[in-house]
Parts: sequence; structure tokens; C-alpha cells
Amino acid sequence: MNIVRGILMRRETGIALMILLLCLAVGLYKPQFLTMNQLRVIMLLVPLVMIVAMGQMLVLVARHVDLSVGSMLGLSAMLTGMMFRDLPQIPWGVGFIVAIGTGALLGLANGALVTIFKLPAIIVTLGTLNLYRGLTFIVSDARQVDRQFVPSAVKAMSQTSPIFGIPWIIFMALGVVLATYWFTLHTRVGRQIFALGSNPSAAALRGVKVNQITLLVFSISGALSGLAGIMYASRWGFVNPSNTGAGFEFQVIAAVVIGGVSINGGVGTVPGVMLGVLLLGCVAAALPLLGIPGTAQGAIYGAIILIALLIDRSVRQQGIASLKWMRA
Amino acid sequence: MQEVTPARPLWHVILVRPETMTFVLLIAAVVVASQLSPYFLDISYILRSFTLSAEFAIVALVLTMVIIAGEIDLSPAANMALSACLFAWAQASGIPMPVAIGIGLLAGLAMGALNAFMVIALQLPSIIVTIGTLTLFRGLAQIIAGDKSIRVPDWFIGIDKILVFGIPMPVVIFVLAAFVLGLILAGTIFGRQIYQVGTNEVAARYAGIRTRRIKLVLFLLMGLVAAVAGMMTASRLGSVRYDLGLGGELQMVLMAMLGGTYIFGGRGTILGTFLAAWLLVVVSTGMTVANLLPAIQLTVLGVLLIVAIIATNFIYSRTQR
Amino acid sequence: MTESAPLLLARGVTKAFAGVTVLRDVDLDLHKGEIHALLGENGAGKSTFAKIVAGVHRPTRGKLSLNGRQVDISSPLVAQKLGVTLIHQEPISFPDLSVAENLVLGQGEQGWFSRVPWAEMTREARRQMDQLGVSIDVTKPMRGLSIADQQMVEIGRALASGSRLIIMDEPTAPLTPKEVDTLFGIVRRLRGEGRTIIFISHRLEEVRALCDRVTIFRDGSKVATDAIENLDDAEIIRLMIGRPLKEYMHKHNASIGEVALEVEGLTLPGRFQDVSFQVRRGEIVGLGGLVGAGRTDVACAIFGIQPAESGSLKVNGKTVDIRQPDDAIALGLAFVPEDRAVSGIFRTLSVEQNITAAIPGRIAPRGFIRRAIEKLLAADSVRKLRIRLASVNQPIGELSGGNQQKAILARWLLAEPGILILDEPTRGIDIGVKAEFYDIIGELAEQGRAILLISSELPELLALCDRILVMAEGRLTAEIPRAEATQEKVMQAAVPRQQAGIAA
Repeated sequence: MNIVRGILMRRETGIALMILLLCLAVGLYKPQFLTMNQLRVIMLLVPLVMIVAMGQMLVLVARHVDLSVGSMLGLSAMLTGMMFRDLPQIPWGVGFIVAIGTGALLGLANGALVTIFKLPAIIVTLGTLNLYRGLTFIVSDARQVDRQFVPSAVKAMSQTSPIFGIPWIIFMALGVVLATYWFTLHTRVGRQIFALGSNPSAAALRGVKVNQITLLVFSISGALSGLAGIMYASRWGFVNPSNTGAGFEFQVIAAVVIGGVSINGGVGTVPGVMLGVLLLGCVAAALPLLGIPGTAQGAIYGAIILIALLIDRSVRQQGIASLKWMRA
Repeated sequence: MQEVTPARPLWHVILVRPETMTFVLLIAAVVVASQLSPYFLDISYILRSFTLSAEFAIVALVLTMVIIAGEIDLSPAANMALSACLFAWAQASGIPMPVAIGIGLLAGLAMGALNAFMVIALQLPSIIVTIGTLTLFRGLAQIIAGDKSIRVPDWFIGIDKILVFGIPMPVVIFVLAAFVLGLILAGTIFGRQIYQVGTNEVAARYAGIRTRRIKLVLFLLMGLVAAVAGMMTASRLGSVRYDLGLGGELQMVLMAMLGGTYIFGGRGTILGTFLAAWLLVVVSTGMTVANLLPAIQLTVLGVLLIVAIIATNFIYSRTQR
Repeated sequence: MTESAPLLLARGVTKAFAGVTVLRDVDLDLHKGEIHALLGENGAGKSTFAKIVAGVHRPTRGKLSLNGRQVDISSPLVAQKLGVTLIHQEPISFPDLSVAENLVLGQGEQGWFSRVPWAEMTREARRQMDQLGVSIDVTKPMRGLSIADQQMVEIGRALASGSRLIIMDEPTAPLTPKEVDTLFGIVRRLRGEGRTIIFISHRLEEVRALCDRVTIFRDGSKVATDAIENLDDAEIIRLMIGRPLKEYMHKHNASIGEVALEVEGLTLPGRFQDVSFQVRRGEIVGLGGLVGAGRTDVACAIFGIQPAESGSLKVNGKTVDIRQPDDAIALGLAFVPEDRAVSGIFRTLSVEQNITAAIPGRIAPRGFIRRAIEKLLAADSVRKLRIRLASVNQPIGELSGGNQQKAILARWLLAEPGILILDEPTRGIDIGVKAEFYDIIGELAEQGRAILLISSELPELLALCDRILVMAEGRLTAEIPRAEATQEKVMQAAVPRQQAGIAA
């Protein structure tokens, strides 16, 4: 009985139910929503957000926030795309190293500004959000990298794979999710991120290296944004200095907070974030079927962030109320 | 008996102020820019350039007060877009102009009230709340306007072309707003209490200051002023799109930070933000004159933001003993 | 149970904060396998000593040796490695992590990416909890645990890291009698295993039931160490408070008038229950008791910072409803809070602005601040209260603690209150300035103001007050008129009595 209650009370169960209800409701109204084809649409929508959301989750758990993910994605994708265009003899696999490496360096810069100067992450990353976007224009001379320059092997990763023809990028996203799951639950440093976010001053007293972990989470967020960057090139076949990754941060933050990651740090699970991303993906896929213009997406992300904050608040109040009860 | 710490000499008090840094940078920027192009010695050219940023600058003045009170609002640029869209949509669908303007202003107030409710009543951090509302407001604007631009009546267009003693109207409004808000912040008890709330909210409460009411007024003012700025932008551009003022939050925060507003609250002046707005205009106009791409300007703004908060924090840490 | 070689040897341990000495030349030996109580009034130095041993503070002077080897305990982490653990009253933990993780975090020196052995960790945690004889689900997050269970986890952590010396800082304060029994059983077992426990408590009964030896602190010095059998309660209390009354304190001669403030059945669950008293004009009423007895909570409730849930307030005979501080100010109340830095000063703002913060109506009659009036009022206050500063325009943070406190008092005097609540007004202030404060408080009463003085310093209460109220554990336990007030009486009412008997 307790176990059943435990499962029912979990945030993940709630999101899963929301996804189910949403799919059923939309499916009743428009049966084509429940087809394999539609599943494919959703599955191709989510991998990029999924990967970046994993990094954002770590940053939020450590009591920071990273607004620059979209710009890091754009800049990494641009550098990789330009390498494909200008140095076609280099094997395409190097593109992954370039994209991830660029992202990691940009994230490290964020982390360094936050730790060295003791600045709030939100202002730093609001600055680098624009700085990195500007750099993207500078390095690219404001020119798009067109379809023909992206190696076909890279583009094919978004089309198919030997395994049931499921595109590679879905496996990559799955791989990142599993790796993050393992990292957060089964490594010492992964647990230390949670300890840090749960109680920063106590963490320092217990020998947690606060600065190094802050640098690490920002670097991971950057590296994953970089990986999403090359996947963007794969998925859409081009890299555009103004569109690629623009506004991505809001989708990612919406997915992460609805997935149960607390803005006060210390709380968050990989399955929760994964479901949060899927929920957003289902919403995005359902909109055109329901005749709602795609332009409504932004408002929905905003509403989701606010709703998630409200849920978070009620959960927290419950916690405090129960504590009071125990002391009385 | 404990020694009395001597007061710092007056020159020290004046020199080691962030506004002084802003002023020196402004002079330097003008000198460098005038080397780039003789246009810069033409006042009317600078004034015309200023009209492009005047709306953001006006909002930045209020944002300065919000930050001094220990909160932040990242949503005003999106607020500008949504209130302008609502206004344009209302008048395009045949509602009389004064009513349409009223709708726009009310919408702005309502958005301010939403932020205030989440931050003050629900005690959520303003930084995350306003990221949420920023996305929401911009998204709603997109729903209302779609991808089209909504035209406004001809007579409404061209606020920037109206000259008062040779000065474009938006600049006049900015200067007047700076004057009034500066007076309020420096000269009234309301302004005084804004600093006290931002310095130590608990102590402010113990001293009988109604901290929640002060924050409520500030968020509402923010919403209203953003709506006015949105309509000024509509008048300048002649039409309204959902992406009006896109990315404006960076410029607003930047103006406040460059002007020496302390990100953790309790310090800053309207004068600083006033100077910083001019500095920013000179810098970006200078970059335009020097034929730099708009994107490079974005990079420069991003760097400036980070440098500005590092410098401001440094100055304050030196003066705080 | 005493063995030849002591576990801990402290010699000449001294600690000063910002020039104020809070601990003076303490020598202390702790034996293996003993429970050693530290007793003393608030601020006597016992907690400072404990924190030095646990590496939270570093001594200004003096030496510590563990097992005969001189050690430098520079941080809690070092302390832990040396086998010393401090258990806080309300344990510092990671509320979002599981109990098992809280137990092991910070132990061992594995690499960053080494695996977390969940199964092993959980098994080990269960074993430890079983050993302590408590049933806690170690896979649950710390957040939901009661304070007692959180303490058990902390004790478990101390054992897991092989601690030889465990310091408990008032562990029983938040516990129920039953939980106290459980805790004592465990502490005795730890002694049986040859570990040493430092036990800090205000409850003499508990000390008597549990401890082998006691050390008594007073004014930052050690005054006695002896076996508990050799001391009776009266003797212990005498040692804790036995200092001469300072002759600079004198009682004022105010005429006592009508009731200014009347409190009836004030209750805020979890903080204080059924508190009733009166304060008359010209009267100084002391409110004594130990830290955490609920005195400050009562003051905050009266002033509207956190209003009580039931009970009534009368000001000058009229029933009033105070929902927030400015209601209280309008009724002529003023409150000088306990923690200056947190709830008193605006550190970076000028002294002038700090002094005039509570009288917006007077410095800005129509909303606009009249600098001339403000300057005049501030300068007047500075002169009257003899605040030492270079300029009224300098940030208040640059002033010494005593002068900051005077500025806060000045703020409230400008509001011309009929009723003044002073919460520990002389804490952290030099002796000389303290004397000035006593004079000022006396003068204020002579002017016909009603004063409620919260203080942990018994001599201060005895010398200044017309009546002394004493609180313990959220209730008023005594009301002692001036003529009958002695330090012993106040202390006896302040020390909480255990309702249920303690297993000896």
C-alpha cells in the first residue's frame, strides 16, 4: 500500500498522467494523433531539447541557472558547420569533438564568471546569451551554412539507423539520458551536486569542492548544448546565425521545471525531466493538429514555467507545514 | 573605547562612485566616436540616434528602482510587445482610439500586477518568475499578432518626428521621466524607503516600512511604463509586430548595470542610468558609424554587461568597510 | 572510569572576536569514556569552547592535544578526521538527500567519478541505525525526519566516521521527554564503548542524570570542574552566576503610573502559550529566561512582526489589533530588536538615514524629505545619546557595535514611544557603553515611558527592573517583584523542569 502511494505521490507519475491524458484527449478529437507517424514526429522533435535539458537540470540542481544554452548551441553548430564547409576533407566524426568541445569551453567561461567574481548566474548568462549569439554572427560573417555543406552522413543520423530505422539522434538522446541518470545517481560527484544545491554552506563544511562543481555543471551544460548543436545541423541540414538555437532556453527551462526540478536547488530527477521534455513535445505536436497556430508555443512555455513554479510552491509549503506539525 | 572610523574625504566619496565611472566612460566614448566621424559633434545626430533606444531607456529608469528595491524584472520588453499588440489589435478591429490606448495601458498594468502577485504574495524569486512571464507575454503577443504586422493610424505615427525646441519627443519624455523619477528616488520618502527595503528588507519591516506595498507600486509602475514605451515604439515604427522590442531586457539591464546599480539591491541612482543610456547610445551609434555589424554590437553589449557588473561590484566592495 | 591519559587536553585556550574576548585561558582535560557537561549562562563561553574543539572557530591563543599529540583543528573537516564531531541542536544536513547519503557524505577520499555503492551504503546505514536502536527508513530523504531522528542520524554519522569525541550542543532542547530518554540511553552506550561526550545543556536535572563531571563557565572563563556528585544544584547555580553586582548600575526613581501595555493569554503555537502580563508607565519590567524560551517571539508578536494566533493586547486601556509594525508604531510602541545586523541597521546607508527611518511623517511632511529637519533631528540624537562618529553621513556599518545600537535606539526615541520593548539592548557592547545604556533606560522610565526589557544578563535585570518576568519553554514561569528578586530565583524559574522522570 505504501509503495503504491509512494508511486502515486511522485512528480513523475503526475507528468506521465498528464501526457497520457493529453494524448487521449487529442486522440479522441483527432485520431491521427495516435498513429506511428505522429509518434515519429514527436520523437524527432524532442532529442535536442532532451539533451540540453539534462545539462540545465544539473545547473538548476546546483542552485544556478543557464540562460545561454541556445546561444551556445548556435555558436557550436556554426563552428562545426563552417568546419564542414571550409575543410571538407576532415572526417565528419571530428565535428562532434568540435561541437562538444566548443560548448564545454563556453560553459566553462560561464562557470568561471560565476565562481571567480561571485556573480549571479542569471545576469552572467543573460550577458553571455547575447555575447555568444554575437560571436556566432562574427565568426560566420552573418552567413548561413547551407545544406550541401553538411555531410550526408551527419544528415542521415536524423533519418534512419540500422536498428528498426529509428534515427540515430534518438539513440543519442537516450544515451545522454542514461548517462545523466547514471551520473546523478551513481557517481560521487553527481551526488555532491545535489548536496551542494541542497545546502551550500553545509556542503562546503563536508568537504564538497563547491567551485569545482559549479565549473563542472556549467561545462556539462555547455558541452551538451554543443552536442545539440551538431544534432541541429543533422536534423535541419543547415546552420543559421540568427535562428539556430534562438529562444531555446525558454523551452528547456520550461521542460526542466515542469519535470520537477526545484529552482531552489537540490531537487530533480532524470526521469522527471525526461517526461517534462516529452510533455512539451506532445504539446508542440498536438498544436497544429488542433488548428492552433505554432505561434502559441511561446505562450504555452511561459504558462508552463509559471504553473511549475506554483506546483513547486505548494509542495514546499506542505513540507514546512508538516515540519511545524511535528514540532508542536 | 572603540576608535571612531574617520569619514572619507569628499573627493573620495565623489570619485569612487559608479556614476563617475559611467560619466568618464561617456566622455571617453564621445571623444573616440568623434575621431571616427565628425557627425558626432552634431548634437542633433546623437539626439536622433537616441530615439532608437529611448523607449528602453525610459523603462530602464524604472528597472533601476526595482533593482534597488532588491528585485528584478526581465519581462518589460515582452510587456511592451504585448501591450502594443493589444492596443494595435484593438484599434484595428474598430475600437475607438482612446479606448484602445486605455486597453494597452491596462494590459501593461495587469502584467505588472501578475509579476507583483507571484513575487510578493507567493514569495517566488522575481528572477525566475519574470523569465516565465517574459516568455508568456511574448508568446501571447505572438498569438494575437501572428506573423503579421498591424498598422497603426497615420496620425499616430511619428512620435520621433515631433520636435520640441529641436529635440525629438522621445528624448524629451526620457529626460522628463528621468527628472521626475530621479526626484522621487532621491527626494521623497518613497524613494528613501526603496533603498532601505533593498538594503535590508527585514530591518525595513522592523522599522515599520510597508515593504510589500513599495514593491507592489514598483511592479505596477514597471508594467504601466512598459506599456507606454510599447506604444511609443509602435508610433515610431508605424506598425506593431510580436517581436517589438525583442531582446530589450538585455539593453535595459545593461543600462541599469552600467549606471552603477548594484545587482543585489540597495544602491544605484537614476543619474547613473541616465548617463548609461547616453553612453550606450554613443557606443552603439559609434559602432554603426564604424560600419560594424549589428551582431557585433550584440557581442559588445554582452561583454559590457559582464564588465559593468564586475566593475560595479568591485567599486562597492572597495567602499564598503 | 577515569583513565590515566586524557583524550583531550586544552591549555590556555583563548578566543576574541573583533577585539572582544569571549573565552579566556581555559584549561580542561577530558578523559576517555566520560560524559562531561559544560554549564554556564548564555554567553559564558561554553559554546565557543565547544566550537573551537570542533574546528568551527580557531582559538586566538592556546593549545589543544588529542591523545597526547598536539593538534591544529583548522576546520570541521579536520576535526572529523581527528575523530571529533559536533552535533548541532538542529542538525545541519542535506534535506533533499537520503538518510543513508547524509551519513556518508564527506567521508572517504575516493575520486570524483567513483561509483556510489548504494546497496552497501544502505546496508551499512541500516546497521548503524539498528545499532543505535532507532527505526529510521534510511532510503527516505532527510527532509521528513523529526528533529530527534535527525540528531540520531548525526550521531550515526559521528560513529561511522569513528569519532572518539562527540560534542552535543543543547541536544535535548527540541526533544520530547521520551526522545530524551532514547538519546540518553544511546549516549550512555557510547560512553560504555569508551567514547567521550561533551554535553551542553541548561537543564540541571539532565546533567545530573547523565553526566560524570561538569565544568562551569562564567564570563568567558572556566570557574570549576568537578564530579557531579560533589556539587549540589544551589552550588552549581551560584558558580554560574556568582559575580558581584556592578556598582555602576543604579535604580532610577520613577513614579509608576497607569497600565500602558496589557497582554492577555497571548499564544502562538510552537512558540509561546498563554502569556499574560502588564507594563505600567514609568515601570521597567524585565523579561528573563534562557535563549529560545520564547521571549523574542512574544516581543515580535506584540510589535506585529509575527502576530499571535490568540490572546488580546491592550494599549493604554484600549484593545488593539496589531497586524504589522506600523500599526504598533502608530500606537506609540517601539521595538529595539535583538540582532542588530539582521533586523536593525541598514549597513550601507548613512547614520542619518538609519536614525530617521521610523519617522517618515516627520522628516517628509508632504512626501518630500526636508533635509534641514532630518539633519537637525539626527544631529540632536547624536548629541543626546553621545553617539561617536565622524559624520552623520558615513555608512552606519563603519560605526562600532555600541554606537550602532545607540543609533537604533535613537531611531525609536525619535518616534516618541510611550512603550519601549528592548531586546538584549546591551549584547556585544563594551562595558563603558553599557553603563551609558543603563543610564538612558533609567531616564526613559523617569520620563513616564513603559519599558519591557528582555535580557539574558541577570545582574542587568536585577539592577534595572521593577519587576522581573521569567519565561521557560514558551510559558511565563515566574513574576518576581524587585524586593524579592535574586539571581538564584530567576535562574530557577528559567531552567526548564523535566515533566517526566528521567531514567537514571
